[in-house]
Formats: sequence, C-alpha cells, structure tokens
Amino acid sequence: MEAAKGDQLFEILSRLFALLVLTIALGGFVTLTVLSWPSIKTFGLSFMWTQTWDPVAGKFGALPFVVGTLVTSFLALLISTPFSLGTALFLAEYAPKSLKGIMGFTVELLAAIPSVIYGLWGIFFLVPLVRKMEIALSLPPYGVGAFTASLILAIMILPYATSVTEAVVSLVPEELKEGAYALGATRWEVTRYIIIPYARSGIFAGTILALGRALGETMAVTMVIGNRNEILNSIFAPTNTMASVIANEFTEATSRIYLASLVEIGLILFLITLVVNILARWITERLKVQRGGV
Amino acid sequence: MESTILKTEGLKAYYGETKVLRGIDIDIPRNRVTAVMGPSGCGKTTLIRCFNRMHEMVPGARIEGKIRLEGRDITSMKLIQVRRMVGMVFQKPNPFPTMSIYDNVLAGYRLSGVKLRKEEAQRIVEESLKKAALWEEVKDALHRRGTFLSGGQQQRLCIARALAVNPRLLLMDEPTSALDPKAAHRVEELISRLKETVTVVVVTHNVAQAGRVADYTAFLYLGELIEFGPTSQLFTAPQDPRTEEYLTGKFG
Repeated sequence: MEAAKGDQLFEILSRLFALLVLTIALGGFVTLTVLSWPSIKTFGLSFMWTQTWDPVAGKFGALPFVVGTLVTSFLALLISTPFSLGTALFLAEYAPKSLKGIMGFTVELLAAIPSVIYGLWGIFFLVPLVRKMEIALSLPPYGVGAFTASLILAIMILPYATSVTEAVVSLVPEELKEGAYALGATRWEVTRYIIIPYARSGIFAGTILALGRALGETMAVTMVIGNRNEILNSIFAPTNTMASVIANEFTEATSRIYLASLVEIGLILFLITLVVNILARWITERLKVQRGGV
Repeated sequence: MESTILKTEGLKAYYGETKVLRGIDIDIPRNRVTAVMGPSGCGKTTLIRCFNRMHEMVPGARIEGKIRLEGRDITSMKLIQVRRMVGMVFQKPNPFPTMSIYDNVLAGYRLSGVKLRKEEAQRIVEESLKKAALWEEVKDALHRRGTFLSGGQQQRLCIARALAVNPRLLLMDEPTSALDPKAAHRVEELISRLKETVTVVVVTHNVAQAGRVADYTAFLYLGELIEFGPTSQLFTAPQDPRTEEYLTGKFG
C-alpha cells in the first residue's frame, strides 16, 4: 500500500511539472501580447508590412527586421549546411576512432563559446575581412552588415546541425551498408544512395534545429550587423534582425508605443520560430523511412 | 571429377591478432550447392566473407593464402569485379528501405551508376524476380517499397537483387535463420533450383538444412576444415569422429 501511495504522489508531481512548463510557455505568449497591445491596436496587421521605423514620429513597422532575420538565417543555413553535412559524414563514416573523438569534441566546443565572444571575434576579424571583400567588389565598404552576420551565424549553428546529422548517420543499419558493399558499391555510392536517403529525415531535423538557433541569435548578430533600421537592398547592407533591434533599442524605448512596438517584434519572432518548428516536425515525419519488421 | 569455380590455398583469416581461419584448402564445385556447417564461432561466416572480400572491410582484418576465382587470384582483381561475380545474401533480410521493389532488384546497377535502357531494366527485374520465385507475388506492386513485404518475401527480394547482376557464385549466410519455418522452406526450395544458373555456397548451423539442400557439405571446427565431401557421404559415413559427433548433436 505504501508503494502505491508513493507511486501516486510521483505521478501527481510529474504531471504538475509538465503542466508548469506548458503554463510558462503560454504565460510568455500572453505577456508579450499584453505588453504589445498598444502597438497592435494602433498599427493593426499593417505593422507586419510597414517599412518605416521612426521613433521620433512614433511610426513603427516590423518589415525590415523580419526580412533581416529571414535573410541572415537562411543565408547562414546555406553557408553552413555543406560544412555540417560533410563534417558529420566524415565523423560518422570515414574518420578513424582516434580522430573522431577529438574532432567531435572540437565541433561541440563551438557550441560552448559564448555569443559575445563570437561577436568580438566578428568585429576584429570578420568585419575587416568583409570590408576588404567589399572593396574588391567595389561595394560600399561597411564591413558590418547582413553578410557578416550570416557568416558568424553559420559558424555558430554548425555544431547543432553537425551533431544531429552525425547521430542519425551513425544510426543507419550496418546490414544496409553491407548489402550495398556486397553489390560492389564504393564508399561514396553507399553514402550517396544508402546513407543520405536513409538519414534524410534526421538530417533535415538537424538543419531546422540550426535554423531555430539562427532565428533567435542576438548578441553576436547585434555586434556585426550594422544596426540600421532599413530594409536591406543587398546582402552586404547594414540592417537589423528582430532580435538585434530589440537588444539594441530596448533601453532607449521611452514612449509607450515605442516599447510596445519592440515587444510586438518579439511576439512575431516567437510566432515565426513556432511555425518553423511545427513545419519542421511535419516534414520530418513525412521524410521518415518506413522499415517493415522481419 | 567436378569442375571447380573457387579454390582456396592455405587460407588464413585474422581479426587483429586473432586467427579465425587456420589454413583452409577447399575446392567449391561449379553449379552445385555447397553447405558450410559447424558450431558458432567456427569461422564459417568469415570463410564466405573472404570469398567476396567483405572480410577485409573490418578494421584490422586481413587474410593470408590464396583464393582463386575461375583461376584468378581475387586480391589482384578489381574489388567491384569480385563483388559482381560473387553475390551475397545475408542472415537478416536487408532490402533497401528507401527504394521500391523495382529499384531494389536493380540496386546492383543503380548503386554503381550503370544506366540501363527501360526495356532492359524491366527484363532484368522480371527475370531476377522469377528466378527468386517472387515474381507472381509482387508483379503488381513493383513500385511499392520492398519493406512492406513479409520477412520471407524480403529475403527472396534480396536473392533477386543478388541474382540481377548475374553472379557466378552466390554466397548465403544463414539465409533462413531469421525466417519462420514456412518461409524458410520456400527459400530452401529456391536454393535447390538456383544451382542451374549459379553456384551456391550456403552457411548454416542447421544440420538438417545442409542435408536437404546441399550436394556437398563442408564441416568447419575451430577455424579448420575437418571434412569436405558429397553430402550423402559425409552424412552417412563421416571420416572424422568430430564430424560424427557434430552430426549427432554431441556439440555445437
């Protein structure tokens, strides 16, 4: 009887904790909505596609930041995916055991570096480099801008995509690879026709996890993106992301409507990441490989 | 005297420092079914994995001695050529889950980038599935995933996949041990018919199965070839006391 009581207590406790997590997530959403209410009431849905961000005139629109976030995140994904896929395949399939441990650890270490350090490194290393590039291409030599932010993001999200991809590649059943080798396939053919198709759902999931990181990354991006509240006209132009404009302007937001508009941007970011995750889950399910039992 | 398709001379196989085969001399007769039997760990799977050079894929694994396929040393042949001439069917059916039945049969071509004309591809698929006694069951579902089939059908699909590239020698590593008795029976029937077109070497720990399907039987024990001969002779009048003990279930 005693054991049953403990069992019951444990169930109630764990249910309570699970509910708490849900409440916090919901609470965050409610808080954001309440705080951004003045802005939602004033600008309505047009907030989403208004380009002006003018604190003096009290006119606010989120479009430059939505565009800035989406462009930098997808560009970062584009840059980092070949590297993460290559690294993951090398670690899972090609690397000898000794190298695998060291390299895997190093890649994971990239995730442990604080964001602000990436930002500093970006300012002192990437910005001059991009400036040289811009001069060579006869573009305005800002150095800072969307492209620089994308480069930093690409490095920052690399470990997430790599570790998920490596894990799913390692899960490809040995007997499938053996079956292909026995048919005369080379290592590349096994990778191309067996491993990647089998692991595609997990590879995609890793990519989306990385995208989620990129969408919300704040500190490093704020330091190198140039902080200009205009919609970007080239990938080299200085701009702002949703996260960076909040971080950059929150302390200056003196009027009620200014503050509310910044919070509404936060709300939109929250919703975008939510939609990305739901979509990702749906696609991941559809890509899953069915294996019948024997 | 039978004609020989594959011949080993003093074949030794190692995993690192562990010697698994201790000098095997065997002549595999052409267009016959040869069973390799013996207790677990005797090296029977390692032996056939030497025949298509799958053994060397394990890190630290190596062989000594010679293996001649149609008279040629297989270590001097191109790897893809060896694997084309020597097909393999595994213990656990392993159709490729991302491919249809059709593509599974053609995997040997697709995987190595060989382009086939459509009529030729269709002919190969139909012929191979017929040889594997699976055609009637799947001819209306060729473009469905192979993994929806039952275990026995999956194994016959793997046999069709191996036959599709026209191997000279087909290696089977305990091909029925993951199947239910009825499915196992069908695969056994199939093996007996296959020898018209291909030489079969089948690894089994099931003495009765060797008796049913094999023309020749080899008995391996602790990495040594104890006895090899026509199945009827080996079963009725074994020369070595260890063979007799194994056949009567004293060990293994």
